Amino acid sequence: MDFSYSEDRQMVADILARYVQQRYPMETRHRISGSGMGWSPDHWAALAEMGIAGMLFPQTGGGFGGGGFDIALVFDQIGRGLIVEPFLGVLMAGHALILAGGQEELVGEVIAGTKLLAFAHEEADSRYDPAAISCVARKAGDDWMLTGGKAVVPQVQAADRIVVSARISGSAGEAAGISLFLVEAGCAGLSVRAYPMIDGGRGGELALAGARATLLSDNGFAIIEQAIAAGTVALCWEAIGIMDELKAQTLEYLRTRTQFGAPIGKFQALQHRMATVALEIEQARSAAINAAAALESDHAVRERAVSAAKYTIGRVGTLVAEEAIQLHGGIGMTWELPLSHYAKRLTMIGHQLGDEDYHLERFASLGRAVA
Amino acid sequence: MDLSFSPEEEEFRREVQSFLRDKLPQSLSGKVRTGKRLTKQDYEQWHAILNERGWLAHHWPVDYGGPGWTVGQSAIFDEETALAHAPRIIPFGVSMLGPVLIRYGSEEQKRHWLPRILDGTDWWCQGYSEPGAGSDLASLKCAAVRDGDHYVVNGQKTWTTLGQYADMIFCLVRTSSEGKKQEGISFLLIDMKTPGVEVRPIILLDGEHEVNEVFFSDVRVPVENLVGEENRGWTYAKYLLTYERTNIAGVGVSMAAFRELKAIASRQKKNGRPLLEDPLFVARLARLEIDLENMKTTNLRVLAAAGKGAAPVAESSMLKIRGTEIRQEITSLMRRALGPYAQPFVSEALDEGYEGEAVGPEYAAPVSADYFNNRKLSIFGGSNEVQREIITKAILEL
Ligand SMILES: Cc1cc2nc3c(=O)[nH]c(=O)nc-3n(C[C@H](O)[C@H](O)[C@H](O)COP(=O)(O)OP(=O)(O)OC[C@H]3O[C@@H](n4cnc5c(N)ncnc54)[C@H](O)[C@@H]3O)c2cc1C
Repeated sequence: MDFSYSEDRQMVADILARYVQQRYPMETRHRISGSGMGWSPDHWAALAEMGIAGMLFPQTGGGFGGGGFDIALVFDQIGRGLIVEPFLGVLMAGHALILAGGQEELVGEVIAGTKLLAFAHEEADSRYDPAAISCVARKAGDDWMLTGGKAVVPQVQAADRIVVSARISGSAGEAAGISLFLVEAGCAGLSVRAYPMIDGGRGGELALAGARATLLSDNGFAIIEQAIAAGTVALCWEAIGIMDELKAQTLEYLRTRTQFGAPIGKFQALQHRMATVALEIEQARSAAINAAAALESDHAVRERAVSAAKYTIGRVGTLVAEEAIQLHGGIGMTWELPLSHYAKRLTMIGHQLGDEDYHLERFASLGRAVA
Repeated sequence: MDLSFSPEEEEFRREVQSFLRDKLPQSLSGKVRTGKRLTKQDYEQWHAILNERGWLAHHWPVDYGGPGWTVGQSAIFDEETALAHAPRIIPFGVSMLGPVLIRYGSEEQKRHWLPRILDGTDWWCQGYSEPGAGSDLASLKCAAVRDGDHYVVNGQKTWTTLGQYADMIFCLVRTSSEGKKQEGISFLLIDMKTPGVEVRPIILLDGEHEVNEVFFSDVRVPVENLVGEENRGWTYAKYLLTYERTNIAGVGVSMAAFRELKAIASRQKKNGRPLLEDPLFVARLARLEIDLENMKTTNLRVLAAAGKGAAPVAESSMLKIRGTEIRQEITSLMRRALGPYAQPFVSEALDEGYEGEAVGPEYAAPVSADYFNNRKLSIFGGSNEVQREIITKAILEL
């Protein structure tokens, strides 16, 4: 048993950590996050050059990572730096492309940092259910035409190509018939309504009205599940990075803020609250380790571990965000303090790729299937 | 035991309801209902409407312009105005300073300031907290030194809610550093337009300008603006903090928000069915509703005891804690109800007259910002940790 990263992985983590500290300080992050683009081509290029995009993908796809713990180490740092760059979409869409096959050149460009991807799967009414897809695909010569809508796609404006799910048969709620397509950004029949997110960066709604698309796979659902599993592991580790930051910042505040002639950390009422926060974060870290370890396992093992982790992260994330603000008092409510932005991002991770209730229910029903 | 309101009180409820139907402008209730930003003018308009009817300062004694309501009537008024989506009454003049002046102010101060609170001449803000004095308020440093007919004030206040609108600020200032720190504090009324007063905005985590820092450098305040006696300000401040019990639980606001939450949950879908039918979400709603029902009765019990002259110290802290927890849980469930649509945040959509298309369901626009903003409820007005200290001191007797 060994709970540490291998030496070369640790090196990547250290390089990324240094980059985040030196090149992506909070003022920079806020400037990028609040800009009309909501991400930074310069930083993306630099990070890709460092091999960070490549860490997200397996060798079979031209990358040099792609395992659960490779994704973990990257997203851990993304959390610590509150990085808003389009990593999640690139990760999920890239995994989908590699699983579907036939897009080696594009994946190569993504790893090199010259092309960006988004993953557009969820819809306005799908509420985390990956089979609740209504968007339809019709054959048009060699190509396909997509009609429907996609909801709250992270950093969709940044993408050169968008991986989109749509049905060639069946109806919302059925896994069969869901296929995966590749759509060129800016193509006719595709419109994007982009907007800022409460936790920074931007997202968008996709309206597809006969947008021309290339079929990636007509066995879309299994691929989508794997891409979502990778994305969920990523979000769990982003949350771990954020929670470690929130804990460190709050501990520091408890040591330095004095009221009634003592550091507030001397008050037992607050000590016990902090002890609970620390305990819950360690439980959440274990859940995230379990999920990363199970990412390449069979469906049943993988999906249960992923749901267990996302449930835990959802529950603990809310607790940690709320406690971090509360224990800071008024100052924790301010825009100026980075803490509040960590708290917002952590809370919103709970709204991506399935919330606490969704994954609790899913864990239970996957258990019934196993038993 | 009889939990019902009297026939007179029920009659009063109908009177309030019909007043709200006639007098509460839809331009205001619409904004409150949809979570739009309210302007200074919106609040002033609502104050003026209430004042015209004699209902603005509803817990002031009749001699000073109060309507002479029972605690039951006050509770009914709070409930009905919240359910009708009326703007809140800005508390600083009406609920905070007014009662202090009535109890401790000079005849001249009462004659001068109270009518101006009612007719809206002065917008007041509260200058208690300082960077180094939050929960430990008595350690405040902002100093007032007597110089002839004036006090000269130097120092800083912070977290001053809506200070950017204010004409006047009531401040706790240090007038002596001898003896216990509580015994060197005075209660001073300061005109915000005096030279040397500077207001700087603090932006909160939702991006809103709601609070401020207020700096004082050699600000000259006439001595007649001292309330009561020098160095007795702590007594008045404590009176102010425990005075406003009727609304501390925020029952009406929670009832209105809970209704809105259920409406959202009935329109959101999960697995193709209304979220209101999802067992996990329904369990969350049920726990909240039970807590709210329990608190309604706790609140009435405390009010009834207070009406008979009791000073419910621990109970009022209990109401503050549970009342704020319930309001926070309501906004938390609203956020959860939205699923992925909790993330988009178009700030302009909260402005009056925004014509852009909504992102997702139209009720989603203010929800997450509201959730984050409401974290303040357990921090201000005496943090919930400080309230628990008060409860244990009162019941533990160690
Ligand atoms: C949105 C907002 C509006 C406000 N409006 C106003 C206003 O208009 N006027 C005004 O004067 N003030 C206002 N305040 C200030 C508010 O009253 C203070 O924030 C509050 O008193 C807490 O003080 P603090 O922020 O300095 O936190 P601190 O007192 O530093 O507290 C930090 C943490 O320590 C805890 N703590 C402190 N002491 C103890 C103890 N003995 N035991 C256990 N835990 C403890 C607190 O509960 C908190 O969790 C406002 C605050 C906010 C956030």
